[in-house]
Amino acid sequence: MVYLTRKAEFSAAHYYHNPQFTADENQRVFGKCNNPNGHGHNYTLEVTVKGAVDPKSGFVVDLKQLKDVMSREVLDALDHRFLNKEVPEFFTKIPTTENLAIVIWQRLAPKLNAAQLHRVRVYETPDLFVDFYGEACDRGAA
Amino acid sequence: MKTKSIKAHLTRRYLFSASHRLHSDEMSEEENRATYGKCNNPYGHGHNYIIEVTVSGPVDDHTGMVCNLVDLDGFVHLHVVERYDHQNLNLLPEFASEVPTTENLCIAIYEIVKRGFNKAHLDKIRIEETMMNSFEYLGEDGR
Repeated sequence: MVYLTRKAEFSAAHYYHNPQFTADENQRVFGKCNNPNGHGHNYTLEVTVKGAVDPKSGFVVDLKQLKDVMSREVLDALDHRFLNKEVPEFFTKIPTTENLAIVIWQRLAPKLNAAQLHRVRVYETPDLFVDFYGEACDRGAA
Repeated sequence: MKTKSIKAHLTRRYLFSASHRLHSDEMSEEENRATYGKCNNPYGHGHNYIIEVTVSGPVDDHTGMVCNLVDLDGFVHLHVVERYDHQNLNLLPEFASEVPTTENLCIAIYEIVKRGFNKAHLDKIRIEETMMNSFEYLGEDGR
């Protein structure tokens, strides 16, 4: 098994707001991130795939195909967008870095056929990132 | 009732600067010099340590978060960064009988966060001592 990681960057705006919370609760939980006019980040995305090395090509995955899938499924949809207003998943989900990693996984996983998706890492800033491995867990078992 | 939820891992980086000297009382002067080299300089030296704290848990449906970053930042600043920043590690109680290698610093910080932070599961402490050296501790049961 060999792991291959491809990086990409995108810039997007978002804000955090739960319509089930009162204005005070939203402010308390989300702080500055609750500003409805939005704010933005330069996100760095790392997509890691794994698989056996093909004996003919020497590849785990055709990098061009991986780049094309990442561009089409993720970057075209997210880059220079207001996530809450333009990306359907975030009409109902809060566009936290956690949910971004999950949504990116859900967009990529069905489109990758040669190699298996191993990890999606999303850096919101150089000092904050989220890893998603497609895992589920029992609620409350943190 | 238990329901399945999606699990994510969140990593936050923090910075502090501290001095240390690597020296073991169990070794002779020559053994210390042979083992620790320049790091055995009796006057000590320092690093800008970068601390990565990785926590995990179910992503809360109401907040979209594993844990609120304000809580994690508040805890780590109060109990880790303020404890170690601009200190001589050798003079701290946890290093009274342990050599303040970055391995042992990883374990000390893991224990502080594991004991005191209860908003998410602690996966790992990773420390970059320099751009070239990094260390990770995942707890006794870690990989």
